[in-house]
Amino acid sequence: MIHFDRHARRKLLSHTIAVLSGLAVIAVLYPLVSIVYEAFVLGGGVLFQAQFFTAVPPNACSALSCQTVGIGPDIVGTLILIGIASGISVPVGVLAAIFASEYRARGLGRAISFTADVLTGVPSIIMGAFIYGYFVIYYPTIAYSAYTGGLALSAIMTPIVVRTTEEGLRVVPNSVREAALALGITKWKATLRIVLIAALPAVATGVLLAIMRAAGEAAPLLFTALGSNLYPTGLGHPIGALPLLIYFFALSPYSNQVKVAWGATLFLLLLILIVNIVSRLLIHRMAVRMGGT
Amino acid sequence: MLGGDKIRTEHLTAYYGPKPAISDVTLGFAEHAVSAIIGPSGCGKSTLIRCLNRMHETVPRTRVEGQVVLDGEDIYQLDPVRVRRRVGMVFQKPNPFVTMSIYNNVSAALRFNGRPSREETDRQVVRSLQQAALWDEVKDRIDAPAVSLSGGQQQRLCIARALAAEPEVLLMDEPCSALDPIATAKIEELIKKLKEEYTVIIVTHNMQQAARVADNTAFMYIGKLIEFGPTEDLFERPKESLTEAYITGRFG
Amino acid sequence: MDPLTPSSPSSSPVPQSEAPHRRTDRHRWGDRVFFGLVAVVGISVITLAAAIVGILIYSSQQSFRVFGWSFLWGTVWSPDSNIFGVVPFMAGTLLTSAIALLIAVPLALGSAIFLTTHAPRWLRGPAGTAIELLAAVPSVIYGFWALYVIHPYMASTIEPGLHQYLGWTGLFGGTAVGLDVLTASIVLAVMIIPTICAVSRDTLLAVPQAQKEAALSLGATDWETTRVASIPYARSGIIGGIILGLGRAMGETMAVTMVIGNADRIPTSLFSQGQTIASLIANELLSNTGPLQVSAILEAGLVLFVIVLIVNIVARILVWRVLKVGGGVVE
Repeated sequence: MIHFDRHARRKLLSHTIAVLSGLAVIAVLYPLVSIVYEAFVLGGGVLFQAQFFTAVPPNACSALSCQTVGIGPDIVGTLILIGIASGISVPVGVLAAIFASEYRARGLGRAISFTADVLTGVPSIIMGAFIYGYFVIYYPTIAYSAYTGGLALSAIMTPIVVRTTEEGLRVVPNSVREAALALGITKWKATLRIVLIAALPAVATGVLLAIMRAAGEAAPLLFTALGSNLYPTGLGHPIGALPLLIYFFALSPYSNQVKVAWGATLFLLLLILIVNIVSRLLIHRMAVRMGGT
Repeated sequence: MLGGDKIRTEHLTAYYGPKPAISDVTLGFAEHAVSAIIGPSGCGKSTLIRCLNRMHETVPRTRVEGQVVLDGEDIYQLDPVRVRRRVGMVFQKPNPFVTMSIYNNVSAALRFNGRPSREETDRQVVRSLQQAALWDEVKDRIDAPAVSLSGGQQQRLCIARALAAEPEVLLMDEPCSALDPIATAKIEELIKKLKEEYTVIIVTHNMQQAARVADNTAFMYIGKLIEFGPTEDLFERPKESLTEAYITGRFG
Repeated sequence: MDPLTPSSPSSSPVPQSEAPHRRTDRHRWGDRVFFGLVAVVGISVITLAAAIVGILIYSSQQSFRVFGWSFLWGTVWSPDSNIFGVVPFMAGTLLTSAIALLIAVPLALGSAIFLTTHAPRWLRGPAGTAIELLAAVPSVIYGFWALYVIHPYMASTIEPGLHQYLGWTGLFGGTAVGLDVLTASIVLAVMIIPTICAVSRDTLLAVPQAQKEAALSLGATDWETTRVASIPYARSGIIGGIILGLGRAMGETMAVTMVIGNADRIPTSLFSQGQTIASLIANELLSNTGPLQVSAILEAGLVLFVIVLIVNIVARILVWRVLKVGGGVVE
């Protein structure tokens, strides 16, 4: 006869694990809370002044000689870089995903899908290094510019767009494709105007998330876009970006620069987190409307 | 009713969300007997049996009213973990632990209590497999993966696994519905032997099976207990017209 | 391959003899052009991957010509003497990633268990989302936060404490500055926890209810059910998630650069300043002493690329296997 007289000990263990796992969640979420809190405390003062978004970042000046400081050039820089990167990665990514999903040609489609999946795992610094190794070295006129920076970011964004577009296309039921073809619509029109449109919410969300990812990247821009404290005058010159500003000013010994970095951090953080939350809500609502879970 | 009631329900009502799946069921199951619960789909027989070992509440948004009394104690006042050790269950679709061997499946319950000695575990495993009439078929490959067995063998493995926990009551929720006739016959043989040591309660959609193995049978319809009594009486001299309609095949 | 045929297995091709031929040659031509377009673009994705490898190899040529394979076990990195070896950075990368995993795995797994088993249902969605938001925070912001919030605390409290109580292990020697391998590892842990947690949670959710019921019906406690029924079933997926986290940790740059101390030496203790391959590239690619150093840096980048590639492929295979077997959604 087996005695289960260690019952109390078993229950205690189960409850202890429940408590420990709850503590684990708290420990895991603490950094998120801490980062948002610190960003507000240290950057809130600077951020909530209108000129922060238009003024130029401070060079090494003391609190007395800098009247207004801001992150204007870097916001513009980020927008330009993301614009260039999206201009490349969105068409390329969507078309490549269409090929992989709609034209499954002898395993080539699967190779593309697998490659894109693998590419999402490549460290962003490597993407920057690869752009550096070719474009920066062999094209000295645009070596450090919005062009190379945009290229580096597009290398990061494209695999993400491919994967999310592919997922979105995959979910579109085949009946939609068959109905379109049965109506005599040519395949390319059917794909673009009907299937892709059906997948549009997922695709748009994927693009948005890729953009947010690129907006936060500093590593690949360190030796491509290089960074700048002035408003960009052309695409062929070094250009600033928010993450670069944060990096440079974070390491600065001058407290006013550090303050600007915190302001930029708060701004970037709020932007990314809000876009993330909103896009999740939108996906959820869209999925519910389409009758999914 | 033969012998005393080992386990009985008192005005048991069980809900899925706002809807009651069974209402006001009062029913006693005799010790060392096989009791069957029959009825058309949706009559609540599975819900009823899952209340007897407190598995019903593991599903979200469920509720139970009333009592289930095991040896004089209401199981809803006891620790569910203890209850489930005393009231074991075999499921409709065999569900051996897929990552484990035959041996480890049977000994699973023993290992919840720390590590009994190897000899002790071996003895229990052999005994349980013999009780489940599976020992001869697996004694040469006791460390083989459980999923390498056939459907009928897997179900007997699940029976052995449940018996290794040394329950007092064994619940069987349509244990043969996923099996072929030969495997079904083996398990029915088994059930008739098991009542010597355990109290067996079996849910079945197959009336002939109830007639073959059960000492007592309960007939349920849309969540209510219609009739309950010795199997022979229920089938040959049903008291309710509904019962008679069901067993003569007029519906369900 | 007929571009007019729906390419899915579940549909049958429109019989050409019965399909109304409303398509003129012009439309057929449109299909062909489009197919050509997407094919070219599709192949360009593969070209991108090849280009990355190709350019890294090409850029490493000079360094390879000088050092050959001994680059891989060279322990000296001295720009002044033009001697370069990748070992200090391999050590930094592996050490920080390993410690990050040690910290992250229990926390991530514990959180996954909490989210799938113990958390009240209304909490599961929001908590899971919050953990995933952690993954969206940019690396540079983690680094900034670590520099200003974590590092002072490490320097003033944690590291002296570790030195005092655990110094005998030999791991905590040297002065506790706070900008060192240990702090970098901690930040990395924070950054990879969401990845490991999300994958573990998904694989645990893919465990069939029948397996869990089997354990419960034997009189198992919640933990025993998780331990006996869920975790073994989800095991390869969980390991896959851990390996995915490892891959991410090895490639992280900004956060590491800001707190690791940036010393091109093999770390001798957890309080040593160090350098990972990623932080090396970030720090020295521009401020270099000549083309040989650049080539060596890019060769180190190639090494990192290959390692992360292998790690990621292994991880994807493991995760894919569990999610598919369980009948869940394949990532």
